[in-house]
Amino acid sequence: MAVAVQGATGKGSRGREPRPGFVQRLRISYSKYWYAYAMIAPVVIVLGVLVGYPLVQGVYYTLTDANSLNVGRQIGVNHIPDSFRFVGFDNYADVLWGPGSYERFWSHFVWTVAWTAICVCLHYSIGLGLALLLNQKLRGRGVYRMLLILPWAVPTFVTVFSWRLMLADGGAINGILGTLGLPEPAWLSEPLAQKAAAIIVNTWVGVPFMMISLLGGLQSIPGELYEAAEMDGASAWQQFRYVTLPGLRNVSSTVVLLGVIWTFNQFAVIFLLFGAGAPDAQILVTWAYRLGFGQMPRDYAQSATYGVLLLSILIVFTSFYRRWLARTEQANG
Amino acid sequence: MTTATAPQAGDHHEAGTPMTVTTERPTAAAPAAARPARVRPRGERGPLGTALLHGALVLASLIALFPVVYIGFVSLGPGEMDYLHPGDIFGKASLANYSKVLGDTDFFSWFGNSVIVAGGTTVVGVLVAASTGYAVSRMRFPGHRQLMWTLLLTQMFPIAVLIVPMYTILASLQLLDSYLGLILVYSGTTVPYCAWLLKGYFDTIPVEIDEAGRVDGLSPFGTFWRLIMPLARPGLAVAAFYSFLTAWAEVAFASTFMLSSGKYTLAVGLQTFVSEHDHQWNLMAAAAVLIALPAALVFYLVQRHLVTGLTAGAAKS
Repeated sequence: MAVAVQGATGKGSRGREPRPGFVQRLRISYSKYWYAYAMIAPVVIVLGVLVGYPLVQGVYYTLTDANSLNVGRQIGVNHIPDSFRFVGFDNYADVLWGPGSYERFWSHFVWTVAWTAICVCLHYSIGLGLALLLNQKLRGRGVYRMLLILPWAVPTFVTVFSWRLMLADGGAINGILGTLGLPEPAWLSEPLAQKAAAIIVNTWVGVPFMMISLLGGLQSIPGELYEAAEMDGASAWQQFRYVTLPGLRNVSSTVVLLGVIWTFNQFAVIFLLFGAGAPDAQILVTWAYRLGFGQMPRDYAQSATYGVLLLSILIVFTSFYRRWLARTEQANG
Repeated sequence: MTTATAPQAGDHHEAGTPMTVTTERPTAAAPAAARPARVRPRGERGPLGTALLHGALVLASLIALFPVVYIGFVSLGPGEMDYLHPGDIFGKASLANYSKVLGDTDFFSWFGNSVIVAGGTTVVGVLVAASTGYAVSRMRFPGHRQLMWTLLLTQMFPIAVLIVPMYTILASLQLLDSYLGLILVYSGTTVPYCAWLLKGYFDTIPVEIDEAGRVDGLSPFGTFWRLIMPLARPGLAVAAFYSFLTAWAEVAFASTFMLSSGKYTLAVGLQTFVSEHDHQWNLMAAAAVLIALPAALVFYLVQRHLVTGLTAGAAKS
């Protein structure tokens, strides 16, 4: 990270006059920007040490056969040195098209993509619906708002724990379904029901953030736009389509991007809801964690390989998403 | 009462919410068509519309509240397996679990540890995020784009995969089993989002204020600290809320990095109630409720600011 900042420093000063030497350019940019650099230094250091360095080490592990048996460690006073080998891209090849790669990677990949798409759609549409309701003039709006944000304020492990009790056989949910005469799925043990349960819980957890962000976005749309639209005889749907949605554009693009990233990496819900069970409902993150921590010997190399693949999927998605945003922005003028 | 309304909540919610747009607007549009000269027909709503609106919101609130209320209810049952028959709890509800958790366990020392770690994360995280956000918002220094991109990137990396290398780093820095180590780790995960949020918030504060500060002889740090920080309170409140909650509720790092039981946070201590040969679900439920209370308090304190704070952040970035 520090490298990125430094590298850009050289390019940054646009030569109005003849270009000064490299050292002098550094000095100029230093005297001009040292305040800025001083202010971002803490974040660069903390992230560099706690995210950047582990990332580099993780990428290095993907090129080896490291596991908990051959990585150097300290036992009492004895230091056991590293004994893992460099294996090149074997890990990637094995994960992506080795024997059983469908069960180990691709099935989880498909489920992760579906999980992300379904959850973010539900988050966004329910969040937008509630935000629209809360944006109406009505009595008790503040109370509703507070009640609806509450899921956000309760720690995830508490709510997931509560959901586990509710979804258990004979728990509250099936009790309700039973009295209505509806089927009572085994939420925590049937593969398909497990997936549905994970989606329900994650939707419940994620809606408040979307709702509040979108509510903020709605409130920043000037009322005159709606008045103008009404004067032009726009129907309610047209107002929503041509005033509300474009007005929410900036908010939406940010929260959808964050929502995709967070849901894709949503560890707590699935991990706490099913623990070590539910092999089918594991998304890539929990699966990678299981390879690295949930088995003996711990397979650090495979786990890190999954991590790097996950990161690359998200980076590819984000750059396409941003390019798509920029293009539609241009198209809409 | 709850059981009578919750079923409708289930089927109404899925179909109802996305459609609210269509159910809501026609009532509003009707007067507009009849009397186009009205200034604010949007505020007008028939009694049916109002009833539907309240109905939908009550339903949604019930769904939002139910799991929270449910765990509170289960925590009143004194037997370990009472959660399997919640109906029986009515007859024998008591606060026995709470007195056991508060009196017979290390709850208070875990609570103290959690307060230190979550409080520390909030202070460190918000200060670091604010100075970063301010620098990116106001100073066009080379590399500011790369910095924002890097911050987004750190959100993408599955933290679960970073735990092992982080463990080795903290071990070599002698920060394992220490409050500072955990605070730094949490700050590393909360700062990127908070910096994005606060950058957006700072963007909405007019630059003229900074310029006025400069004219009066304040340094950039002085402007930031004495003028901008007080103005950014709603944004700071949201960032503090987010940092506090993240640190308060985190399980994976805390259980990996805090080794001695004297340093356990609440989230780790909670797990000691349920082990292989011991299933004290009732105590776990009571402890969970006690953990949720401070979070709810923080939430109550900042909830006024949530909408403004998040809006500016999201609307501008």
